[in-house]
Amino acid sequence: MNRAKPKVTFFVLFVLLAFALLAGVAIGPVRIPFGKSLLILTNELPWLNFSGLPDNFQTIIFELRLPRVLTGLLVGSSLALSGTVMQGIFRNPLATPYILGVASGGSAGAATVVVLGFTSNFALPIGALIGALTAVTVVYRISWSRGSSSSYTLILAGVALSSLFSAVTTALIFIAGPYEQHRVLFWMMGGLWRSSWPLFKILLPIVTLGTGIILAWSRDLNALALGESAAAHLGVRPETVKKTLLGLATTITAVSVAAAGSIGFVGLVIPHIMRMILGPDHRILLPAAALGGGVFLIYTDVMAKTIMQPVEMPVGVITAFFGAPFFLYLLRKKIVGGRMR
Amino acid sequence: MKVKVEGLGFSYNGKRVLEDLDLPVCEGEFLGVVGPNGSGKTTLLKNIGGVLEPDEGMVYLDEKEIHRIPIKEIATKVAALQQETTVGFDFTVREVVEMGRFPHLDRFERHSDGDLRAVERAIEVTDLEDFTDRYVNKLSGGEKQRVFLALALAQEPDLLLLDEPTASLDINYQIKIMETVRSLQSEGLTVIAAIHDLNLAAQYTDRVALLNNGKVEVIGKPRKVLTKENIARVFGVEVEVENSEVKGCIHVFPRTGSLNSGR
Repeated sequence: MNRAKPKVTFFVLFVLLAFALLAGVAIGPVRIPFGKSLLILTNELPWLNFSGLPDNFQTIIFELRLPRVLTGLLVGSSLALSGTVMQGIFRNPLATPYILGVASGGSAGAATVVVLGFTSNFALPIGALIGALTAVTVVYRISWSRGSSSSYTLILAGVALSSLFSAVTTALIFIAGPYEQHRVLFWMMGGLWRSSWPLFKILLPIVTLGTGIILAWSRDLNALALGESAAAHLGVRPETVKKTLLGLATTITAVSVAAAGSIGFVGLVIPHIMRMILGPDHRILLPAAALGGGVFLIYTDVMAKTIMQPVEMPVGVITAFFGAPFFLYLLRKKIVGGRMR
Repeated sequence: MKVKVEGLGFSYNGKRVLEDLDLPVCEGEFLGVVGPNGSGKTTLLKNIGGVLEPDEGMVYLDEKEIHRIPIKEIATKVAALQQETTVGFDFTVREVVEMGRFPHLDRFERHSDGDLRAVERAIEVTDLEDFTDRYVNKLSGGEKQRVFLALALAQEPDLLLLDEPTASLDINYQIKIMETVRSLQSEGLTVIAAIHDLNLAAQYTDRVALLNNGKVEVIGKPRKVLTKENIARVFGVEVEVENSEVKGCIHVFPRTGSLNSGR
């Protein structure tokens, strides 16, 4: 057994997060020196008051980059947390936040909104949210028909409904005009460019509350790792745990998808990496995955902004570009297989 | 713990598994439950443990109706060892045994010294001191079963339910598990165990309940229950039952080519 100490890991994660926040506001088409960025950020603290900071830099940081970085933090941590929950409940290393159809439901919702011709800022997120929630609701209704559900039924229903919604999306893209096609495809690639303070303010309470309750149930998730019947003998109601945690995990995933499209690999790879470093105890693993996912998405978003300047890459491309090879490497080393059974 | 099962009925998807089953269990006794495959042994244990809810009838734990006791409170008094438990993820032995304290803790409560003492004692009793940092998934079947026995003991139960706990173990581990359980019984633990091996049941239990078609066919001292006639009637097998040289035990062995065609 060689695991990192949780305290050390969390310290490193917080340092990485602090640096990510700084890099996120400093790096972009207009480069703002790190020192200046730091001054501009800390200047907001009530007891500090630096003068002579350039106004245009302040505007860029507060109006454009800070909401984007913070949205990235929320989206990344939601996806990684949700992925950890899904893998824990299904006891399956391949489970992702999208396994119950949230992503394809979201895409279908967004595509519908675009094809119907809604153009306001919030139309896409709202359409995506409705699509995502519709998809998982149908999956749950089908699987929970008799008061309980098997994990297989849930996963298979998720897979089936995902294909259905993907077909809807494809059909909509097919009948749409070129401009609408472009909008839908752009949305499906996933990215943080639509981030804004209003969006962040909607996201924040939902994600915080969802995360809080999930963390409070981490011991139940540990018990569930022994199987449903053993968990029941430990005083855990497996169906209650599954319903609560799946409900919360899909909710924070759905709002993340609504805000940023379906960004891949964060919710698959980050839980594995964190489990490798810290072990499977969800009391430590869940908060670490949440932090790690947020940090990972902020850094990959910085790369997405800079790698092909002035064109911005979809961040999903970057996360997959780093996530997939790393995951293959883990598979090759049998670390993933060895950690899960 | 005193257990009373009255008129218990249970069905899985419309298939009747237990029917009007009565079973009194005395405090501190070791009761063996034997019977053919599908006779309802596991279902009975799950009903007594509060994991399944009876369709009819009632289970009383210390005179209290089981459905009036919250499931978490039941888990502080009743623990179970299943035939096989699989662990998702690489939990260490200590982590798994510590989960036995789960029912004693509030959502955010940390382990107290008392909790840790219970864990240490469970590890000691099951001889797992040298295994605490090993991954449970990497252990052999017999070692794993000791870990889950330790998990159950860490719950500090009054009643221990064993569901074919030694069915897949070699003779050394079988004896180890049964001896450990019996030594705990002598400290006041009540034990109900579904056991396949009739000889094992005869050797370790105080009383045996012979189940057939979801009902208790006979109950009593092993010697009275595990007779040639009863076994032929319930299992459909011709056997010889002999007195063993070991301290009043009996020995059940089949006659070759003795399957009853009528079963």
